Amino acid sequence: MSHSHSSNHETVEGVIAPPQTKVIWRTFIILLIATCVEFAIAFGLPPEMKYTRISIFVVLTIFKAFYIVGEFMHLKHEVKSLIWMIIVPTGFIVWLLIALVYEGGHHPREIF
Amino acid sequence: MSDYAPSANVPSRFTWWGGSEPLKASYGKLMMWFFLLSDTFTFSALLVTYGMIRFSQPAFPGAHDDFYFATTHWPIPDKVFEAVPFLHGVSLPLVFVGIMTFILIFSSVTMVLAVEAGHRKDKAAVEKWMLWTILGGFTFLGSQAWEWTHFIHGPELSVAAKDLITGLPIEGANLVRNPYGPPAFADLFFFITGFHGTHVFSGVILNVLIFFNASMGVYQRRGHYEMVEKVGLYWHFVDLVWVFVFTFFYMV
Repeated sequence: MSHSHSSNHETVEGVIAPPQTKVIWRTFIILLIATCVEFAIAFGLPPEMKYTRISIFVVLTIFKAFYIVGEFMHLKHEVKSLIWMIIVPTGFIVWLLIALVYEGGHHPREIF
Repeated sequence: MSDYAPSANVPSRFTWWGGSEPLKASYGKLMMWFFLLSDTFTFSALLVTYGMIRFSQPAFPGAHDDFYFATTHWPIPDKVFEAVPFLHGVSLPLVFVGIMTFILIFSSVTMVLAVEAGHRKDKAAVEKWMLWTILGGFTFLGSQAWEWTHFIHGPELSVAAKDLITGLPIEGANLVRNPYGPPAFADLFFFITGFHGTHVFSGVILNVLIFFNASMGVYQRRGHYEMVEKVGLYWHFVDLVWVFVFTFFYMV
């Protein structure tokens, strides 16, 4: 107990390093701009261009996810094998998502 | 058996039993990643359900501007979610959802700043940024409560969808019927945003615990602020899920 107390003292008296927040704010600005672009597209593009709009949304969402997971969740700076352990199962889920939504779109209407 | 004990020159706190650290990540962080992966499965299931049910229902056949609420076609999201608090009667499609997205992304930023302060063992900064994160979480939950209240209350009766049998406008949304469209629309709204909101609520509770521990000096005594990092991972995941809900439920 007394040992942990003395180590506590050291850190309190030690100089605290200045904050390194440049990357964090840059990521925030990027996410903010991406959301604003989504908004602009939602109301800027004519409703007839439905599939163009959806494709842009999907791309921007993956773009945002990349920054949140890579920078905020720090995955970009982890070991390669850990990165793959997260990305590979996620890739399979995305595959499943696309497959099931595609199948869902071709489902006979009478069932529902 | 002594082979399994951590070697003396490796700090045991960051070392898994066995003397090495798989993937150069601590046990807690790795398990948080695996939990989040399993949570991805759950949210994906909800998203698949949404896609499947939505595409199985007829879309509105006419032009975007001619849209009207009816139980026979799927509603256009920006016709449903167009209200903003204190601006009654003003049509601002998806503006409030945009504000909610901004709040959540911002609270993710303050969380990352808390983690960064934890790396420098800056106790005061960790407390400050954790407080901002908690505030952001509560603001988001409050906004969602407002959104739900507004949704349940329903639109003006003159524009509400009509009951197919009685021909009367449907007053208020619930799990059985709603004034916007097919019953499944409100069901999916309640399930998806509700499940996400429950995650936010759990996250806020965890954040409060971390803030409490940080201010009591628990992590300073422990010598590291890894708990902030682990809860931070969860909080960013909640933000990430909202990015997807925002796109696929509200925008598409």
